Amino acid sequence: MELIFEKSVAGRRGVSLPDADLPRTTELPENLLRRKAAPLPELSELDLVRHFTNLSRRNFSIDTNFYPLGSCTMKYNPRILEDVAGLFAGFHPMIAQLPGGESYTQGTLGVIHELGALLCEITGMDEVTAQPLAGAHGEMTGIMIIAAWHRARGNKKRFVIVPDSSHGTNPASASMMGYEIVTIPTAPYGDMDLDLFKKAMNSEVAAVMMTCPNTLGLFNPHVREICAIAHAHDALMYYDGANLNAIMGKARPGDMGFDIIHLNLHKTFATPHGGGGPGSGPVAVKKGLIPFLPAPRLTKSSDGNYALEPHNPLSIGRMAGFYGNFGILARAYAYIIMLGREGLIRVSEQAVVNANYLKSSLKDYYDLPYDLPCMHECVFSAARQLQQGVHALDIAKFLIDRGFHPPTIYFPLIVKEAIMIEPTETESKSTLDAFIAVMKEAAELAAKHPEALLQSPEKMPVARLDETRAAREIKVCCPLL
Amino acid sequence: MELLYTREHEWIKIDGTTGVIGLTEYAVRQLGDITFVELPEVGREVRQFQILSSIESVKAASDIYAPLSGRVTTVNEALDTHPEIINEDAEGNGWLAGIEISEPAGKKALMIREEYDEYLRGLP
Ligand SMILES: Cc1ncc(COP(=O)(O)O)c(C=O)c1O
Repeated sequence: MELIFEKSVAGRRGVSLPDADLPRTTELPENLLRRKAAPLPELSELDLVRHFTNLSRRNFSIDTNFYPLGSCTMKYNPRILEDVAGLFAGFHPMIAQLPGGESYTQGTLGVIHELGALLCEITGMDEVTAQPLAGAHGEMTGIMIIAAWHRARGNKKRFVIVPDSSHGTNPASASMMGYEIVTIPTAPYGDMDLDLFKKAMNSEVAAVMMTCPNTLGLFNPHVREICAIAHAHDALMYYDGANLNAIMGKARPGDMGFDIIHLNLHKTFATPHGGGGPGSGPVAVKKGLIPFLPAPRLTKSSDGNYALEPHNPLSIGRMAGFYGNFGILARAYAYIIMLGREGLIRVSEQAVVNANYLKSSLKDYYDLPYDLPCMHECVFSAARQLQQGVHALDIAKFLIDRGFHPPTIYFPLIVKEAIMIEPTETESKSTLDAFIAVMKEAAELAAKHPEALLQSPEKMPVARLDETRAAREIKVCCPLL
Repeated sequence: MELLYTREHEWIKIDGTTGVIGLTEYAVRQLGDITFVELPEVGREVRQFQILSSIESVKAASDIYAPLSGRVTTVNEALDTHPEIINEDAEGNGWLAGIEISEPAGKKALMIREEYDEYLRGLP
């Protein structure tokens, strides 16, 4: 497909403006003026519409295909949430920040505050900041709050503990904040090895970061004990909420003993993902950590008015402009209201049932390194297929040809040739069955005609990409004409 | 000259008080095509089994651990522009760094080739 610049025809226009009837004066200094016109593509409106429509037809997205990308919770994003977000499109984000501006923005501030209250109820926490713009940003916010809490207590802490199944952003966030990472291996029962954890725990540990259920899709039965041990060493428990979709209405991190958590609204709460829209990673804390939350803190007075609290000396400061990605917060708020308590409980139940259905349907075809009842996702290994020279990557590429977005592969790192499948609750049994059939077909091909998998995809606009070369010879600039 | 291995799949070739460190062929096969190597800083003190540097492949980013304690004296700068050398010759030209060994007693915690091969056979 041609780039939009290659479609450019000199002089072609999408809009014709009348000639200016004012004298051409300029108050800008000469050295700031352009000497050559900007090299923008010149196209008609129809050229442009066709260009982007055709591009969008090549997109492989949740709106076009089943997307069981493990750990990412690629559920359907209901269209009504777009309408709700659109209701707020006319508000200028500066208004609430102006002196007295809160009185003009009670509705928007109310959405943020009431969303926080609902998230507290779902997670068993006491207060939320909606500022962080993604899960990883929430983790960094969380670790900054943890560091500030320890500083205020005069604690000297050096380490953050993570299990070896953790998402890379966990150790990365802690390491960016200056902590040394202690990694605990996973025991054969699929969770952080409890004995090794106890050995690693000491008074210099600032925090333990856990995902529960973890990235193998397993719920750690020792989570309460782990929290108690950490607290006995004056360490805080951090909960990575990426997998909250498994437990809504069933278990709450706050009740398990966690002190601070982040949520990924773009996962659990059905807001767009990645290129589909900005993310949002609110952080929720227990009472003792409230003073350290980012500023400005949003409060509700006894007469029901919302206000932005002025600077608080213990706060870690601002983590984002304005109040976070407000449009995403509005969508998540509408999603929760729309489903209600019973709806959210059914979301988690259905997500878990779907994952277990996939797991039991495919376990004769792929190795299952941790064969336990799973929560909302399950992790297979292509180790068996590797004996025929077929990698998880080849199976992923084959799935694209068959109309399915590949599951997450090569994560979690502890599973060789990992294939991590998260169907979510929004898929029907017939979609799951179609996916299962193609996964079986891939396993059979791997056993009998492995070469057939190595060339895929063959039906896509581009064939197998050279991922190694793309990573080794990074070219991120496109020189303009 | 002595060649020893870690459970995390690093090797160290020891000559007197200096050692050259790299990743084993087994480790590199698991990682797949290497796309980026973070080289440690020359002069840095490293402790045995603590993070020396990191490496990225098409599949994952992983830490590399120091087989022995010491001070980094040289790094293999060719890896900066040609990380594929590690795929081609992990246990030769694909070496990562040289160190001046400060605690040779740490050798007791390392494996000789036969022990390492035995260890590999036990892995899933
Ligand atoms: C387990 C886990 N933790 C954290 C994150 C980071 O979240 P985000 O992508 O929103 O930054 C992810 C994202 O995929 C994840 O799967």
